[in-house]
Amino acid sequence: MKEKVISNQSLPSTAEPIQRLVQELNKLPGIGPKNAQRLAYYLLRAPEEQTQLLAETIASIKQQTTLCPICFNVTDTDHCLICRNPERDQTKVCIVEQPQDILALEHTRIYKGLYHVLHGAISPTEGIGANDIRITELLERLKNNLVAEVILATNTNLEGEQTALYLNHLISPLDIKLTRLAQGLPFGTELEYADDITITRAFEGRQGF
Amino acid sequence: MSRPRTYQTEAIIIKKIKLGEADRILTLYTPILGKIQAVAKGIRRPKSKLAGHLELLTHSTVSFARGRNLDTIIGSQTIDSFLPLKSDLSLTAYALYTTELINQFTAEYIENRPLFQLLLETLHQLCLTDNRELLLRHFELHLFKEIGYRPQLRECVVCRQPLQPVLNYFSSDTGGMLCPDCRLTQTIVYPLSVDALKVLRWLQDNDFITISRLKIEPKLSHELERVSRNYIKYLLEREVKSVAWLDSLKQSTQLI
Ligand SMILES: [Zn+2]
Ligand SMILES: [Zn+2]
Repeated sequence: MKEKVISNQSLPSTAEPIQRLVQELNKLPGIGPKNAQRLAYYLLRAPEEQTQLLAETIASIKQQTTLCPICFNVTDTDHCLICRNPERDQTKVCIVEQPQDILALEHTRIYKGLYHVLHGAISPTEGIGANDIRITELLERLKNNLVAEVILATNTNLEGEQTALYLNHLISPLDIKLTRLAQGLPFGTELEYADDITITRAFEGRQGF
Repeated sequence: MSRPRTYQTEAIIIKKIKLGEADRILTLYTPILGKIQAVAKGIRRPKSKLAGHLELLTHSTVSFARGRNLDTIIGSQTIDSFLPLKSDLSLTAYALYTTELINQFTAEYIENRPLFQLLLETLHQLCLTDNRELLLRHFELHLFKEIGYRPQLRECVVCRQPLQPVLNYFSSDTGGMLCPDCRLTQTIVYPLSVDALKVLRWLQDNDFITISRLKIEPKLSHELERVSRNYIKYLLEREVKSVAWLDSLKQSTQLI
């Protein structure tokens, strides 16, 4: 958080616009001060069409996208491609924390239902409660009686678990099947490094071979 | 002689912040180093060997390599994952409240072994007891003591006379009780019933096991909660964030 701020002293001889660009780039995830500088000077030397295109593209992601009013995925049309697709199974809704999680799930092509993006997870110590993520909208959506199964695909960290437990508490009284993605050992890992919770869950979720 | 490049300690993970693409900055509470921060690299990737051992509310043995700014975590092994606690919505909320208090009330690199023990014991007891509110009040009172804000509950902080079994007053500003005669010397005071004062003294003087069977009426429990929260707010000069979630859960479970 704090270490990303570049003080004016660190770039004493830099022109103001460059310095501003470095500061903006430095705010991006994974871009440190050195990288930000490198990118800024690269852009300075790049042809104007390229920088123009980049600037317009960046501007367009805010101007030309919106959230799908049904599932809250990011979309450039009024409803997202998944919600508009009649081939998708309308009786299943998979709950994810972020729009990027949909990409990961879609990549596998294993799931043919719909999604619901919460845009976050419950994290009490950050002051994020149930009303700060899209839970009310989910419950509204489940009232239409079309949904037969809700699949919880929140992260397996503490916040994702809390969110899943809370949704279970809200959805279990409804007449809807509620499932959670299996939790266990990730592919390609070694048992000896696994933590207690992962091993416990993997054991509980063991299946016939 | 130079300091060793790596070191190891047991720790409880009390806070995490995302860093870059896949890393986190963790805040850990330890017996000897007190509160420390360190970077856990790649911890947000599914194949991270560290992730499960470094989740919030986990008691682990952790190894570090010294860095220029922050130290880096190079290994970790779970001692206790507190699984029963993490599988229960309201227990997790209670536990997060205790770790948030530890984080807010401590500075880095200040050894406080009794405070580490208090946190560890409270997390263990949370998994065992049904008397959660009382456990929380016990934790708060002993936390106050360990950080040097032990409230005076025996005598009036102004006239120094022993308190009589009547309605007395708690004052956060003076960190203690006022007798009815002295209550007007302070602008903000909270009335405290004889029973509430009695419970606070028991909590202050005993370990949790001794008093864990004490049954408290909801009204008395609220009175204790109110006085303790006000004192915390006064000391911190801000709200404890996890309180909102804890309260909303308490409300929604009452409705069912
Ligand atoms: Zn949609
Ligand atoms: Zn007095």
